[in-house]
Amino acid sequence: MRAIPRSSLLLVPLIGFMVLAYLVPFLGIMQWSVTLPEPGLGQYETALTDPLVLSVFLRTLRICLVVTVLSVAAAYMVTLIWVRGTPAQRLAIELCILIPFWISVLTRAFGWLALLSTKGILNTWMQAVGILSEPLMMVRNEFGVIVGMAHFLIPFAAFPLASAMRTVDERVLLAARGMGASRTRTFFQVFVPMTASGIIGAGLVVFVFALGFFVTPAILGGGRIVMAAELIYLRIFQSPNWGLGAAISVVMMVFVGGLLALLMRQARPSGPK
Amino acid sequence: MMTRPGRLAVCIAAIIAVFLLMPLIAVIPVSFTPKRFLSLPEGEWSLRHYRALLENPAWAKGLGLSILIGVLSSVFATTLALLFSLGIWIARPRYTGLLMGIALLPMVAPPVVSALTLYFFLITLSQYNSFVAFDTWAGVALAHSVMIAPYAVVLITVALAQVDRRIDLAARGMGAGLMQRIRHIILPNIRFGVLSALLLTFVLSWEEIGVTLFITSVDAVTLPRLMWMGLRDNIDPAIAAISVILIVIVVTAILLKAIGQRKGGNA
Repeated sequence: MRAIPRSSLLLVPLIGFMVLAYLVPFLGIMQWSVTLPEPGLGQYETALTDPLVLSVFLRTLRICLVVTVLSVAAAYMVTLIWVRGTPAQRLAIELCILIPFWISVLTRAFGWLALLSTKGILNTWMQAVGILSEPLMMVRNEFGVIVGMAHFLIPFAAFPLASAMRTVDERVLLAARGMGASRTRTFFQVFVPMTASGIIGAGLVVFVFALGFFVTPAILGGGRIVMAAELIYLRIFQSPNWGLGAAISVVMMVFVGGLLALLMRQARPSGPK
Repeated sequence: MMTRPGRLAVCIAAIIAVFLLMPLIAVIPVSFTPKRFLSLPEGEWSLRHYRALLENPAWAKGLGLSILIGVLSSVFATTLALLFSLGIWIARPRYTGLLMGIALLPMVAPPVVSALTLYFFLITLSQYNSFVAFDTWAGVALAHSVMIAPYAVVLITVALAQVDRRIDLAARGMGAGLMQRIRHIILPNIRFGVLSALLLTFVLSWEEIGVTLFITSVDAVTLPRLMWMGLRDNIDPAIAAISVILIVIVVTAILLKAIGQRKGGNA
């Protein structure tokens, strides 16, 4: 048996901290889920069969899927220019990705409120120009939530996509063009397949992120579009049912754990680059 | 590069780029509205919401609290993360994967689950003391440390991966002890990684809201928590004013960095 080196002691503070402040309390949450208000698996039964909870789960999955597709597609197009554009284009795109990335989720959600609400900028303009006769409802519904979440997640999708695009060998594209493939065909039949691993990676990252999203749906959904994360908040703080909130959390953790395991398997075959 | 993207691709990217900047630009006119509710200024522009930020002591208090919590939690989290990453790099323990998994857990778990977990942690602590507890600055700093430490681990581990092991081996061969190797050999080589970990963890704590909502109520009101209250009840244009200030800070920092890099690159 190998002696444990003294440098292993360096690992102790962080691991100890995470165990005490995260793992043990999470066990406490699991305990809540099977003991509140009474011992048993009743809360899991509710979480998986109650029509209200199920409708929230389904809405969460639906919104997250739409948001994932939209933000990965949008991120793909901006990343394309970020990686392969002229130097000036690259700088412009980099700023457009980095500035929103560093700005607080609250500011960004507020910006969408200012744009989309019934007295917001877009409605005021469109009415002034005469496109609309009465204000169009763009927040406090799924549209607003999807726009806000996609906006938040595009930068997160852009980073894995950029690293996938940087590994594409320029000469393969030149070969395709040289053999007479059009620009469009080279893009769809050569470039996109070569970055497929990046697309799947970005999609999973964005989807996992979107599932646990709380702030944007709460603000842009205005309490009408309740997603899984907000449901947990409501069950803990507003119409308390701690056991149910805990059970939903555990279900979510297991689901995300499964997705992450998928992500790891997806990442492994390509190996270190 | 010979195969630049076509004009259509550039146009689509430009539209998305505008989409990315749109909400940030939108808050600027709103912040100058003379009215008390979310609206566009018609004719006259007013600074009343900026004045409100100065006059209402809640904003100054929130600002101070956010800075305090940000500094404490980023220093604490980065220190723990630095020790951990050094330990992994030097000792190369057998269960590196598992240990990394534990260290990175709060980063990959759904934020709302982390929030509930930390809520449980702090209300449990509240039963034993009133200092590190629910709705106290120390409690928030501790909870933020849990959330931001994984990011510091990632940055420092990446920095360590670029250190040449042979220089450490040479120092060891010449009889340097563990502390000497860390202080004189390893730390100087990863100082940029450690600094960027400090900066990133500070910013993450500074704008943290998901967990903060669960673990505070009326006393430990950080700046994001205050903004949240102004957004939820009755949309307060003071949020636009504070947002504009935050946007100006971020844009200035990013532009300065971009200019710095360009100069560095050309020189």
